[in-house]
Amino acid sequence: MSNLEQKPFNVREIREEFPALRQQVYGKNLIYFDNGATSQKPKLVLDAINLFYSKENANIHRGVHYLSQRATTDYEAARQRIQRYLGARKSEEIIFTKGTTDSINLVAFSFGSTLSAGDEILISAMEHHSNIVPWQMLCERQGCVLKVVPINQRGELIMDEFDQLLSKKTKLVSITHISNTLGTINPVKEIIQKAHAVGAKVLIDGAQSIQHMHINVKELDCDFYVFSSHKVFGPTGIGVLYGKEDILYRMPPYQGGGDMIARVTFERTTYNELPFKFEAGTPHIAGGICLGKAFEFLETIDMEAAERHERELAKYAEDMLDTFEGLQIIGEAKNKTSVVSFSVKGIHPFDIGTLLDKQGIAVRTGHHCTQPLMDFYGIPGTVRASFAFYNTKQEIDTFVEAVERSLSMLK
Amino acid sequence: MNLIEKQEEIIQEFEVFDDWMEKYEYIIDLGKDLPKITETNKTEDRLIEGCQSRVWLDSNFRDGKMHFTADSDAIITKGIIGLLIRVLDGEEPKSIATADLFFISKIGLQEHLSPTRANGLLGMVKRLKLEAIKHISAS
Repeated sequence: MSNLEQKPFNVREIREEFPALRQQVYGKNLIYFDNGATSQKPKLVLDAINLFYSKENANIHRGVHYLSQRATTDYEAARQRIQRYLGARKSEEIIFTKGTTDSINLVAFSFGSTLSAGDEILISAMEHHSNIVPWQMLCERQGCVLKVVPINQRGELIMDEFDQLLSKKTKLVSITHISNTLGTINPVKEIIQKAHAVGAKVLIDGAQSIQHMHINVKELDCDFYVFSSHKVFGPTGIGVLYGKEDILYRMPPYQGGGDMIARVTFERTTYNELPFKFEAGTPHIAGGICLGKAFEFLETIDMEAAERHERELAKYAEDMLDTFEGLQIIGEAKNKTSVVSFSVKGIHPFDIGTLLDKQGIAVRTGHHCTQPLMDFYGIPGTVRASFAFYNTKQEIDTFVEAVERSLSMLK
Repeated sequence: MNLIEKQEEIIQEFEVFDDWMEKYEYIIDLGKDLPKITETNKTEDRLIEGCQSRVWLDSNFRDGKMHFTADSDAIITKGIIGLLIRVLDGEEPKSIATADLFFISKIGLQEHLSPTRANGLLGMVKRLKLEAIKHISAS
């Protein structure tokens, strides 16, 4: 496994690593501001995908032959790299899944099966549908009760309400680290400490945090941390569930099949050890290996400087957008990441998004899979620009001009 | 003008535009000019829910021909509705049910009728045709 050195933060150099950023759409230079939906991929990852299928392709964990052993070694090395990056104690605590949604469903089905009627699960009003629906389904199956921590107008959790809702009945707090729609960074450390004090476990949805800040699961002391590869510069179709070993150990398997068994007879099957107990069937081998490469790339980035750069971008964009008549920034938390969501009075976000697209700018419009949050603000959706560390102020200048032009056409 | 001639006329109109923004400026103007459906008529049965924008469609049958009024909360969607109505309004149910709306891709707007666009337009075309089929089977 190669180890690249961390370099001083330089946007121009970082952009060189992302071929997708150097293209034109509709005759305009692409400006990619839809990083909350998915990130672009660095050459290190792209080359690894090509190399895997050209030279290494084989099934893992079973073959005695050269290619299979090499693929197995690389796949397990990726798991170890992710373990080290996250600060997990053991690589057994890193479960490969299909992504954030799959990770949450795994916990909801497996950990959830140990809960009883009347047990409470605590989420927040700013959750993505993938951190709402699996818990609603669990509540229907087992008679658990779902409680929701409300937010204020700025888009921050009301912590007094959290304190009120948290009780001995709470078995799990499942909360997003960063809101995909508002950019709010939640006080997860405080939440974890308070939840542990009443004996509840905590799942942190890291889908929007791992690409923006350095995460250490041991320092956070969360019981689960979940994320998707594709939002953190890796391939689609793979993600991670981190769980504390003793908790994972006690959880029953989620899906049955190959790889997750120790011995199968028609009378009785015994299960494989962690992490394989939760990885039934042939996994996304190339995905796992290339997610490892994405972390190898991340290790070269000064994440503190990257985070500062991203916040500067968001502040710069918000300050300019704020001057437009009728435009309202949705999500004004004191502690927020590089997401700028806005709505404009009398104009549908879909129309703004369509016109920005034709000017070469990729943003997301709509409810962002957070319909309860849109209901809270009483709007059908927002236009969301979400920045990554490879974005620039010049891109924001072009974006703001394009918003201005779009609004003048639509008014 | 028949259904094909009306579509060819629209294609010709769109040939004058040099770029996407001019094209959309025109579509937005069409959307602004299209008569609205009154709030009281924006009922559940007229609603076609898209993930992004919503469309309301009202249709009726007079003297062997179909007539449509439609509205949307998004102005670009509404402009495209205006084009669709211009082509299909006043036609016989049979022509509508079998209509090939080739002008949409010719003027570069096929993305708006793709199943993934979720703006309610594809659902609207399906419902227009369904209404037409109902009147064919009734007669």
